[in-house]
Amino acid sequence: MAKVLMKGNEAIGEAAIRAGCLNYFAYPITPQSEVAEYLVRRLPEVGGVFLQGESEVAVGYMIFGAAGAGVRVFTTSSSPGISLMSEAISYIAAAQCPAVFVNIMRGGPGLGGILPSQADYLQATKGIGHGDCRLLVMAPASVQEAVEMVMKAFPLAEKYRNPVMILGDGLIGQMMEPVEFPDQLKTEPSNKDAWATNGMDHRKSKTRNLVKSLFLDPVQLNDNNLALKAKYDRMRAEEVMSESYNTGGDYKGLIVSYGTMSRVCRTAIDMLKAEGIDVGMIRPQTVFPFPEQAVAEAAMKSSCTHVLSIEMSMGQMVEDVERSVKGRVPVSWYGKCGGDIPTPEEVIDVVKERIA
Amino acid sequence: MGKTFKKPEALSDAHTHYCPGCTHGVIHRLVAETIDELGIRGRTVGIAPVGCAVLAYNYFNCDFQEAAHGRAPAMATGIKRVRPDLMVFTYQGDGDLASIGMGEIIHAANRGEKFTTIFVNNAIYGMTGGQMAPTTMPNQRTSTSPFGRKVEEVGMPIKMAELLAALQTPAYISRQTVIKPKYINKAKKAIKQAFTYQLENKCFSLVEVVSTCPTNWGMTPVQAVEWTEKTLLAYYQPGDYKVPA
Repeated sequence: MAKVLMKGNEAIGEAAIRAGCLNYFAYPITPQSEVAEYLVRRLPEVGGVFLQGESEVAVGYMIFGAAGAGVRVFTTSSSPGISLMSEAISYIAAAQCPAVFVNIMRGGPGLGGILPSQADYLQATKGIGHGDCRLLVMAPASVQEAVEMVMKAFPLAEKYRNPVMILGDGLIGQMMEPVEFPDQLKTEPSNKDAWATNGMDHRKSKTRNLVKSLFLDPVQLNDNNLALKAKYDRMRAEEVMSESYNTGGDYKGLIVSYGTMSRVCRTAIDMLKAEGIDVGMIRPQTVFPFPEQAVAEAAMKSSCTHVLSIEMSMGQMVEDVERSVKGRVPVSWYGKCGGDIPTPEEVIDVVKERIA
Repeated sequence: MGKTFKKPEALSDAHTHYCPGCTHGVIHRLVAETIDELGIRGRTVGIAPVGCAVLAYNYFNCDFQEAAHGRAPAMATGIKRVRPDLMVFTYQGDGDLASIGMGEIIHAANRGEKFTTIFVNNAIYGMTGGQMAPTTMPNQRTSTSPFGRKVEEVGMPIKMAELLAALQTPAYISRQTVIKPKYINKAKKAIKQAFTYQLENKCFSLVEVVSTCPTNWGMTPVQAVEWTEKTLLAYYQPGDYKVPA
């Protein structure tokens, strides 16, 4: 398919369909309502299911029910809505069902604002709901990458039987960029017979399946948590994705940044290079699992004197950067979280002040 | 002579954890008989609530999902929308459906979701140890209304069947009880009717079953039946509140 110019939110909706996901439940919230407005027209064309739920709480459980019944299903929301869905996400993780959640982040806390932000980093990466649950979280930096990550998300959710989140800032949803869609994938998890409640008659075994998260027996509950932990450890071993920029030669400082913020940092790095100042960058593409090794290795380069975590939040990812660098190089944070994105000039000023 | 009475296939062999004098067992059986008689066990998915029936999936013998407190109608919506060939039912208590899950049940009913809800109303929270429910009767003593439900503080008990029957979309809303054999036959008929409407692809169906909780009411099973008949049924009157046009 040729490249088309699409708004991020609409491209995310189309990407899900191209990934074979024909089931979407959602509740309107700025800045991602265009996904629903796109899919309400598009899904009927492909025989899909669209339903606007009565709240994000209900939508979370519509996703749980549909995922448990063994179909590809997803929803999109934004920060306050994701908080409401986080209860269901904990249940889905505990019951080991695959589902995809897209969070097009806006400023917080509380109602916050409707402009781009990355302030849900800790919520997304540190166990979103109650209990020991984790999501596999991918953070796109362009509309094209959002499309590719949405399409990857479904097979990954099924591989791990765990919710996967696409963590995009408001700009990813709102801006238009040229996109190309990879080939269409399949519509149902291939491993569903082992666990999905799609009716005993539909399975060779003719035995029943249960989708549940209650384990009253302490040994069984601990076993379930160990099984979940083993999956999260496997994600750490197999799914880490990051990109490096300007790390080939020597550099005095290292920036760690993701999503839209990383694109601003890239411009700043190019401008600094023109002034003769080299700064490298690691851009996490998965934020859980976090690219600890890539960040540590880049920070340990002998020329590197400082690591800067630049985020559209009040210093959330910096905790993972510190954890990765382990005190071997000074780490600091810079960011803004009101909705206006730091400019390349602001990044340059911070780099000069702390690094150059 | 063949067997004339046996355990439905849709019930498992597990012993239930329900208290003596509780009517959950009877209601489970009526649902299971219905599933057997309609021949739908292989394509039925039940949704267990949070409450006394949280372990219902151990007692039924078909696919089951377990919901968070009050969210069963949203889960049923998700399942039925993506797999309309399945028969889907939720089994919920009064704390689950009429308190924390009020939003989910109203909207599922109003959208005309094509699943069936069995709503067990015993006017109290059972599993958590006998707290006041939205359905607790005026002056009824519970652990969180130790001096009796004060209507001036918390309002009158909610009549769910009447409330849902006020919506235009649902197909079938009925209230029954199972405290005596004469009521059980009617309740069975209503439950089977509700599932049959779902089979016929009619919109949302719900049967409220007025039930007993001798343990948390502080009564013997016999006293509980008497109190149900005299007090609960006077307020929660049995009957069909909405039938398909």
